[in-house]
Amino acid sequence: MTLLRSVARRIAAHPVLAFWVFFAVFPFIVPNRTMATQVLIFGLLAMGFNLLYGYTGLLSFGHAAYYGLGAYGCGIALAKLHAGSLWLGLAAGLGLAALGGIVIGFLCLRRRGIYFAMLTLAFAQLLYFIGFHLSDWTGGDDGLRGIPQLAVGIGPWHYSIETTIGFYYFAYVLVGLAVLALKRILDSPFGAVLQAIRENSSRATACGYDVDRVKHLSFVFSAGFAGLAGSLDALRLTVVPVESLYWTTSGQVVMMTLLGGAGTFFGPFVGAATFLVLEERLSLVLESWPLVIGAIFSAFVLFLPRGIWGTLTGGIHGRQSA
Amino acid sequence: MPELSTLLAQVFTGLVLGMIYVLLAIGLSLIFGLMTVVNFAHGALFMLGAYFGVFLLAHTKSFWVALIVAPLMVGALGLLMERFLIRRLYGRSPDDPLLLTFGLSLILVEGVKVVWGKIGLTLDPPRALAGAVDLGFMAFPAYRLFLIAVTVAVLVGLYFFLGRTNIGLIIRAGSRDPLMVRALGIDLSRVWLVVFGIGTALAGLAGILAGPMRGAYAEMGVTMVIESFVVIVVGGMGSLLGAVVAGLLIGQVVGLTTLFIPKAAEIMVFMVMAVILLVRPSGLFGEAGLLE
Repeated sequence: MTLLRSVARRIAAHPVLAFWVFFAVFPFIVPNRTMATQVLIFGLLAMGFNLLYGYTGLLSFGHAAYYGLGAYGCGIALAKLHAGSLWLGLAAGLGLAALGGIVIGFLCLRRRGIYFAMLTLAFAQLLYFIGFHLSDWTGGDDGLRGIPQLAVGIGPWHYSIETTIGFYYFAYVLVGLAVLALKRILDSPFGAVLQAIRENSSRATACGYDVDRVKHLSFVFSAGFAGLAGSLDALRLTVVPVESLYWTTSGQVVMMTLLGGAGTFFGPFVGAATFLVLEERLSLVLESWPLVIGAIFSAFVLFLPRGIWGTLTGGIHGRQSA
Repeated sequence: MPELSTLLAQVFTGLVLGMIYVLLAIGLSLIFGLMTVVNFAHGALFMLGAYFGVFLLAHTKSFWVALIVAPLMVGALGLLMERFLIRRLYGRSPDDPLLLTFGLSLILVEGVKVVWGKIGLTLDPPRALAGAVDLGFMAFPAYRLFLIAVTVAVLVGLYFFLGRTNIGLIIRAGSRDPLMVRALGIDLSRVWLVVFGIGTALAGLAGILAGPMRGAYAEMGVTMVIESFVVIVVGGMGSLLGAVVAGLLIGQVVGLTTLFIPKAAEIMVFMVMAVILLVRPSGLFGEAGLLE
């Protein structure tokens, strides 16, 4: 346990490097390569959620909205509008999710505290019903189908994402860049203000920070990360099921982040991996596996609120540690 | 333009739906007002109310017994939840009880599927309430009129309980200034237990009342709890009058949109909430700054 802790702390001290090294070999140490990609994508989604919950102290119960907007943005650009370029698809997904973050964030931040969680949930549900009924664009209940897995073109060089391992490394590079971006955000003065708001919002206001604006910006960044995750998942599956906007997706992200450790840098990835492994193993032997996951999650909230990674790295600093 | 009788029938249907929302939202609001706990499991307890109803009806053959005992069973479960699980989280972030009750609702929904199967069950209304009642200008199912009457009676009872009894006084004082109530020597933790029990029993009552109209199925509570959150945001958190007015309002919004633009019914609920947030962020009857 002490050894595990010291290893975890070393990793936590150089998170970006650790990410690039660990995930470079990750598909070769897990039994299932599809799951390796899923860990990357859901880890990214949980990481976006964690920016808002773990670092800013705002519990969103509606991250399905930005994940779904990202997925549909990318999917519609490529499958319906025939944008013809992977980058345009990703940009559309990211842009739509960020736009959703701007509008919904503005509305949700009109109420503070516990209302915020309920409002994010309600607006995500609104988008679900819109996605469900706007079937000309979204495919409705059948999902949006036929998203092409175009080759990645950088100048004259082409890279195919049609194989599982090819897609993994494509996602690896993008998620790695997102991890770098998040690290930069957290290390910036802006990131310091986020954590100041989490610790004591009134004091941050008293220090002269525009707390509402900072929260809103954090919301939009968080939505952007979730949107990138959604876009990647749309490309991976070549289809966007309408359930991606459903509240269960939001619930999954919440559970992943808390299992791994909210407010820690790697918690979301640890949590995503834990959740996905549990889901795969349990669903093989037990039809009602969500019951077990629900029980594990409840036990974590009660007895291990720092999550797996937070417990490993957390010393006297608790939530503040990387 | 639909005929007047169709319109009126839809207004009544909306009223019935509104009553279910009111029962759920009042329970949520009571619990929230006193304990600042948002009970995500409220929808799962609503669903359990319907299942307990089916179970009791099958074993006792009496709808009336089921109608009284099912909410009590749900309330008892609520008591256990508060006493042994949620109570551990007081003093931590208000997000934590929400997260815990989210986990509990997963357990309850899946647990029901294990016990009663994945396929929904039906719940027959009592024979005395089977047919329709002629209201003079239209005929309306007797059971739905009964549902409205029961809800109104419960609301009146709750009004007197909170407004005219000693424990009601303590509950109201506790939601205003818990520190002062404790300083006066009142053991608030017992009051919390009672309030959690009442709030969850109301969810169970809503469940068994809704049972004969929509049956019992494991996912029936999920959308209801989200819509009840909307009702509370619209009405103003912690305001019981707000919960009643907003519950009836949202019922009408769903009922009438279903008549004119069926596809938009669910969407309209959230649109109303967005408008309220823009023009009156604290809700129709909410006090600004309460528990923020």
